[in-house]
Amino acid sequence: MKTYDVAIIGAGVIGTSIARELSRYKLDIALIEKEVELAFGVSKSNSGIIHPGTQNPPGSLKGRLCVQGNTLIRKISKELGVDFKEVGELIVAFDEDDIKELLRLKKEAEVLGVPGLKIVDKKWLEKNEPNLNSAAVCGLYAPTAGIISPYRLVYDLAENAVRNGVKIFTNTKVININRADKYFEINTSSGLFRSRYLVNAAGLFADEISGMLGINDFKIKPRKGEEFILDKKKADLARHLIFPLPSKISKGVLIIKTADGNPMIGPTAEDIEDKEDLSTSDAGINRVLASARRLIPSINDKDIIAYFAGLRPASGDDFIIRHEETCPGFINVAGIQSPGLTASPAIAVLTANILKKNGLWLRKKIIFHAHRKKTVHLFEIQLSKTGSLIKKDHAYGDIVCRCEMISAKEISDAVRRGAKTMDGVKFRTRAQGGRCHGSFCTTRIMKILAEETQMPLIEITKRGKGSEIVKEDRVND
Amino acid sequence: MIKRGLVIVGGGPAGMAAAISAYENGVKDILLLERDQYLGGILNQCVHTGFGINYFKEILTGPEYAERFIEKVKNIPEIEVSLKSIVVSLLPDKTITFLKPGRLETIKAKAIIMATGCREKTREMVHIQGTRPSGIFSAGLAQKLINIEGLLPGKEIVVVGSGDIGLIMARRFTLEGAEVKAIIEIQKKTRGLLRNMVQCVEDFNIPVYFNHKISRIYGKDRVEKVSACKVDDNFNEIQGSLFEIKCDTILMSVGLIPENELIEMTGARIDGNKTSVPGIFMCGNCLKIYDLVDGVTEDSFLTGKLAADYIRVRHPSLQR
Repeated sequence: MKTYDVAIIGAGVIGTSIARELSRYKLDIALIEKEVELAFGVSKSNSGIIHPGTQNPPGSLKGRLCVQGNTLIRKISKELGVDFKEVGELIVAFDEDDIKELLRLKKEAEVLGVPGLKIVDKKWLEKNEPNLNSAAVCGLYAPTAGIISPYRLVYDLAENAVRNGVKIFTNTKVININRADKYFEINTSSGLFRSRYLVNAAGLFADEISGMLGINDFKIKPRKGEEFILDKKKADLARHLIFPLPSKISKGVLIIKTADGNPMIGPTAEDIEDKEDLSTSDAGINRVLASARRLIPSINDKDIIAYFAGLRPASGDDFIIRHEETCPGFINVAGIQSPGLTASPAIAVLTANILKKNGLWLRKKIIFHAHRKKTVHLFEIQLSKTGSLIKKDHAYGDIVCRCEMISAKEISDAVRRGAKTMDGVKFRTRAQGGRCHGSFCTTRIMKILAEETQMPLIEITKRGKGSEIVKEDRVND
Repeated sequence: MIKRGLVIVGGGPAGMAAAISAYENGVKDILLLERDQYLGGILNQCVHTGFGINYFKEILTGPEYAERFIEKVKNIPEIEVSLKSIVVSLLPDKTITFLKPGRLETIKAKAIIMATGCREKTREMVHIQGTRPSGIFSAGLAQKLINIEGLLPGKEIVVVGSGDIGLIMARRFTLEGAEVKAIIEIQKKTRGLLRNMVQCVEDFNIPVYFNHKISRIYGKDRVEKVSACKVDDNFNEIQGSLFEIKCDTILMSVGLIPENELIEMTGARIDGNKTSVPGIFMCGNCLKIYDLVDGVTEDSFLTGKLAADYIRVRHPSLQR
């Protein structure tokens, strides 16, 4: 049996970032994921915000890694061809108490080294954020905040990691782990894996994985967040990410710009027990609408085209990133809630350093392919560019998803690059993600998936086994 | 930039009737853009009968109704049909850009008729609580899956809303051997046609719950059940009325919305069959939702004539 140098459990943004970072070195790496596709756990419901580092106490891992990550993500997004947009963020104050709090946040953030912070007055707000509630008195402006597509980041990191030798195993659920003499023996639903080092990036299930090795000193408490996506027509609703002042448990309900162009409002923050409860509620939408309208009063619930819930893998106040002395070679990377996406590249570097400190020899590869060719998304480019692309490949002119303008070429590329499910296609391309919610394009996408993967139509799923789209094929069966 | 006479966006019943009418009223250069691979629009998936009673005084299926217009369009050389052509930009100066396999084209039109139809409201628009598993379809998508692709979406069906497509699909699923467990309508009476209530629902003994709503969807990977309740006049849940229905599929039939994103792009106001931009007209379901295709046809014939009149006055050279 092959022995990997490092096995990483969990292929969300943390697991894939670590895998890609380690793929710079001469190492055999296995990335193990229980879901049918990558980013199908916590990462799929990420807001896509690259935080500047304004809402974490100095001295916390969260604060330090967030500020580092904000810098690192720029290089990585360029290397991988994932669009990062530095849109800036505003934390808004409504009264004297708020202003005091803003000044405190500014001071803390400056200690952490967050650049470019300034307090902007009412006049500035009126000019630069015209839809903002006129009751706002001033704001803290953080220019280095940005947005990125969380799923496209994961898929592109993974693709690049694979190019650099990482092996990815999806549909592979860890059943138990044994710390043998020199190795970890990882027993999974797709067989036994052996590795010298083991990184636990299992998100919501990190406590269970850790428990398999007898380390039970933390619990992951899911904290649900419901988010509501607005029609692309409302792309200009806000020019910046807009935050209220943070509460004890969350950053509050935000006005979020997304890499896809659709504004988003949310999230709620609710501690729950069930790690699989992704339901949304009337209470959630009411709460989010009320809070979002406090920032932008003109938000219309008729513009909501989609909603979802995600679970933050919360555990205490800070990230847990450490080598476990009682189980040499085992590294926990747990409790990675916000600002986990922003911090992910810094978490990856930190994890590599922890591995090195604990005896893993990091020898740089002579050739590391840092770059990947940018994926084409017609919705991101000028029409004239689309025209020349269509000339090169006719399928760019064959529009499948009319609401978001996604071509057959983009969809077949997504499948060739690893999409196996309808959600996988949606996360990669945005097809089915618009205002008709797939009513017009579902059949066409199913056919492209079936054709590219040689799967029968009845086996096409939304997000893995059990979520088949149709029950019977009356033509081909 | 290529200059054209009349450009019609949409090759369903509205666009085809508008094209024929514009031709009959004297326009000689007509470009009909259709985003799908065939003309006829949504009629192609409506294999049930009931079309044409008013207009043809005959009872036709959707494809039969469409075919009569497709034949006519094909026999008029002055109407150029461009299939798989999707308009991506429309400017107030009537510059129109569309994509099709192999090319992007920008043309300047003398007049434009928008005949872009409508789309169905989704589960998201009516805010139903619960999970988001596989098995939730708009009634129109379910219709397309069964009638065009030969795929059966599910076997135990709950229909939300009693729009015509929902009623017709309740019958269609029953005929395919699936069990339609309930039609849940929040209003006091159906929003569909009486004839569909009789022929599609009563004749098949499908249970209908008026003054009821779905309060939650359950199921992790696939729909497993819904809970429903009785509502008061303000559509709020009546305490104690909650019950569950086991099902694997939910069909949404809660209304249609005109597809007017292109008109919104121009900033034009809609004013009957005209808009605030002279020379841009609208007809069919993108203007208002019709119960019967016959009404769409009549409206579109009228609009075709309006566009022809406009061209006659402004651009006499384009007259036959």
